[in-house]
Amino acid sequence: MLLEAKRLGYRYNARWVLRQLDLTVRRGQILGLTGPSGTGKTTLARLLAGYGHPHEGEVLLNGQSLPAGGYHPVQLVFQHPETTLNPRWLLSQSASEGHAMDESLLDALGIEREWLRRWPSELSGGELQRIAILRALGPETRFLIADEMTAMLDALSQAQIWHAVLTLAEQRKLGLLVISHDHALLHRICHQVIHLEPINASRHKVEK
Amino acid sequence: MNTMLAHNDQLHPADDSADYSRATVPQRADQYGRHSPLLEIGQLAVRMEHYTRGLHRQSLQVISDLSLRVNAGEMVAIVGASGSGKSLLAQAILGILPANAAVSGKMTYAGEPLTPERQARLRGTELAFVPQSVASLNPLMKAGKQVRLAFRSQPEERIPDDSRSQRASRRYLLSSSALKSWRARLKVKRQAGEAQQSVFARYGLDPRVDRQYPHELSGGMARRVLVASALVHEARLIVADEPTPGLDQEVITETLRHLRERAGAGAAVLLITHDIQAAIRYADRVVVLYAGTTVEAALSEDFTGAGERLRHPYTKALWRALPENGFVPLPGVQPHPAALPPGCLFAPRCSMASPECRLERPLLRSWRAGEVRCIHAT
Amino acid sequence: MSKRFSSFRISSEPHPRTEDASKSASLRFRTLLSGGLALAALLILIGSGLLLDPERLLTAPDNRNLPPSWTYWFGTDWLGRDMLARTMKGLTLSIGIGMAAAMLSALVALALGLLAGTMGKQVDAAISWLIDLFLGVPHLVALILISFSLGGGAKGVLIGIALTHWPSLARLIRAEVLQLRSSEYVHISRRLGRGRWWIATRHFMPHLLPQLFVGAMLLFPHAILHEAALSFLGLGLPPHEPAIGIILSESMRYMSAGLWWLAFFPGLALLITVGLVDWLSRNVRRWLQPSAALPYMNKR
Repeated sequence: MLLEAKRLGYRYNARWVLRQLDLTVRRGQILGLTGPSGTGKTTLARLLAGYGHPHEGEVLLNGQSLPAGGYHPVQLVFQHPETTLNPRWLLSQSASEGHAMDESLLDALGIEREWLRRWPSELSGGELQRIAILRALGPETRFLIADEMTAMLDALSQAQIWHAVLTLAEQRKLGLLVISHDHALLHRICHQVIHLEPINASRHKVEK
Repeated sequence: MNTMLAHNDQLHPADDSADYSRATVPQRADQYGRHSPLLEIGQLAVRMEHYTRGLHRQSLQVISDLSLRVNAGEMVAIVGASGSGKSLLAQAILGILPANAAVSGKMTYAGEPLTPERQARLRGTELAFVPQSVASLNPLMKAGKQVRLAFRSQPEERIPDDSRSQRASRRYLLSSSALKSWRARLKVKRQAGEAQQSVFARYGLDPRVDRQYPHELSGGMARRVLVASALVHEARLIVADEPTPGLDQEVITETLRHLRERAGAGAAVLLITHDIQAAIRYADRVVVLYAGTTVEAALSEDFTGAGERLRHPYTKALWRALPENGFVPLPGVQPHPAALPPGCLFAPRCSMASPECRLERPLLRSWRAGEVRCIHAT
Repeated sequence: MSKRFSSFRISSEPHPRTEDASKSASLRFRTLLSGGLALAALLILIGSGLLLDPERLLTAPDNRNLPPSWTYWFGTDWLGRDMLARTMKGLTLSIGIGMAAAMLSALVALALGLLAGTMGKQVDAAISWLIDLFLGVPHLVALILISFSLGGGAKGVLIGIALTHWPSLARLIRAEVLQLRSSEYVHISRRLGRGRWWIATRHFMPHLLPQLFVGAMLLFPHAILHEAALSFLGLGLPPHEPAIGIILSESMRYMSAGLWWLAFFPGLALLITVGLVDWLSRNVRRWLQPSAALPYMNKR
C-alpha cells in the first residue's frame, strides 16, 4: 500500500508554499521530513491527511484519491495536544471517538486508566499527547503522520511515546511520516530522511 | 533548611560583602558558586486552588520544597517535563502567579527578601521576563513604540502622579509643577528613544523596524524585538521562557546567544526549557525539576558520556532518553500534583528505589560540586 | 499586571497549610446556598400563586381602598380586592409566560444559530440577515405587531415575546458554532469518520448548552417585563386576568387619588422577582462554568 503526493501544490492567497512536490510513503516505512520553517511541512502533512485540498496535483492512496467521508486511513497527530482535544469532553470520550478503546494500546502508550476520568485541563501535555495518539491509532489507520509530535515534550516522554508508536507501526505495518526539526530524533527512528528546500520543494535531497 | 544554609555558608564565607558591579564579573562563572547569589530560593511551595464543574475545590501542590540559586554573571537552565512546575517557578519569581496560588518559602534577591511589593517594583527593570512566543508582542503597536513603552514602565522614570482633577484645573496648567511634569515627560521620552536606539543596535535591528508592526516582521526579527523590549533595561536577573520549539533553529540559537551575552555582561539568567541539549550548550549550570521540586543541580559539563557524572537517577534517565544517547524510555509518568506520593517523588519510577525512599522525602544535599535530592545519589 | 498573591508568607515550614482553604471551600456552599435561596423564593412565589384560595381574589365592597395594614399587607383596591393575593397571582402568571417565552426564544436561537454555523455560506447569510433585521426593528414595535396580529391574549404575548427575543442569543450561538467548527478537534472528528449531526450534538452541544441556559435565564426578566409592558398597553392579556401589567395599568387611574400602594407593591414585587431570577442565573452559571465566572480562579 502506498501513500503518494503527486506534483502537489498549495498556496495561501498568491503565495505558494508547496509546488511540484512528489513524495511516496510505503506501508511499513518510516520516513522523516525536515527543513527550515516556511517550507510547507505542516501544509504537506495536512494535505496528506485530508485536511483541505491541494490547488495543484493530487494525493493518492493505493493509486486512488483519498476518501471524502468515513474513517480516514491517513491520520495526523499535531504538535499541541491541548487544541486537539475537546475541553468539555472527558478524556475517555476523546480516546474512544474513532474506535473502541483497546486495552493493550492503553498499556503500550503508558496511559493510566485514571486519566480517562479527567478533563483535558487536568493533565500535562505529555499525557494529553498520548491520548491524541491513541485516538489516531484506530484499527483502520494505515498511515500515521507525526507533525512535531513530541517537540513540546521532555526527552523521557519523547522516548517513551516513540518506542510505543514504533512497536505498533511494526506490528501493524503502518507507514509513518515523521516531521521534525530534531535531526537526532529523525536519524534515530527513520529509515530515510527528506530535507525540504524553501523555494522549489520538489528538489529535495535524500539521505541515509 | 538547616542543611542547605550550612552548605551555602561553606561556599560563601564572606557573603555579606557581595559585589554586584558588572565590570568585575568574568565572562563565564567558571566555578560553581564562585559569586554570591543574586537570587536564592529556598523551600518554595506553591499550591493552587481551583474549581471544577460543580464548584468542587481542587488543591494542587504544583511546587514543593524547591530550592535554587543563581549568581550574577551566570546562566542557569531549569529543565523539566511539562507539569514539573518550571513555568510556575518563573511566575513565582516575577510575582505574576494567578490569584488562586498560595506561595510559601523563602525568596531572596540581592540579599534581601523578594516580597510581592519588591517584585512589583523591580519587574520590567531589574527583573526581566522574556516570553516564550512572539505572540506576546502587541500586534497593533509598532515595534519601536513597544520597546520605548517597555522602557518607560520603569517606576522611577514614571511621570509625577498629579491627581487628575488637579491636572485639569486652569490654575494647575499655569503652575510650575505642570511645567516640571512636562519637562519630566519630555525627558523620559528622550531617554526612551535613546534606549530604544541602543537596544536596536545591540540586537542587530534595522532602524526601519522601529516603524513596522509585528506582522510585517519575519519570525527572527519579531523574536529580536521581543528580546529587545524585555531587555531594554540593563536587567540584573533575566527569566527566559524557552523559545517555542518547532521554530527555526537559527532563531532559537540567536535568542539563546543573546541571553548568554547578557550573562557575560554580568546579569543572572534563568532559562526555562525542556530541551537538555540547548540547556547544556548555553548554561553554566542545569537545575532539574521533577513534579515541582528540585531533584538535581548539575554543572553543564556533567552531561557527558552515559551520564556517569550525573547525580540523580531521574537526570540520568533524562539524559539517556535523548535520541543521540540511546533513546532509552522509562515506564511510568510524573505524579499528578493532586496525588503526590508520600516519599521521594521519583520513587515509583526509580530502579534504585528502596523501602525507605517511599517513606520520607529526601532532603536536597550538596554532592560533588552540585546538589541532589536522593539518598542513593552516585 | 494586577495579579496578586492571595497569600504570601516568608516562613521556614516546608509545607504550610494555606489558611484560606476554609474560605475557598465555602464557595461551593455559598453558591449552593445563594442559588438555593433564590430558587426557593421563586418556588414559594409560584406555589403560593398557584395554591392561592380563589376567594381572596373576590371583590369585597366593604374593604375598598384600604392602605397597607397587618391584615392587608399590600392594601386593597377600589373593589376591595386583596392586592397581595392579586400580586401573587399576577406574578405567577408572569413567571409562567416569561419562562415559556424564554425557552421558546432559546430554542429558536439554538436552531438558527446551529443552522447558520453548519449549513454553509448561503444559509448563514440568510440567517445573519434575519438576525440583523430583527435587531434593527425596535423590540416593542415588533412585539406589538406580532401579538396584535395574533389577536393578543396569552398566546399572542407568548409568541410575540418568543419571536422577538431570540436574535441576540442566536448571534451568540452562531459565533460560538463558527469558532467551534474551525477547532482542530472538530477537524479531527471528521477524519475519524464522524458526520455533521454527530459533531453538532456531541462536540458543539456541550459548549452551547451552558450558553443557552444562561442566555435563557437572562432572557427571562426581559420577557416578564415585556409581557407586563404589553399588558399595560392593553395589547397583552385580557383585563380580567390579574397579570402584573394589568394591575399596574389599572392602578395608574387611581394614582392621583393617592392610592399609591396599588402600583408600588406590585411594581416592587415584579422588580424583586426579576432580581431573583438574575441572581439564580448568576449562581447557576458559576456552578456550571467556574472558569468563565471566576476567570482568575482556574488558571493552572
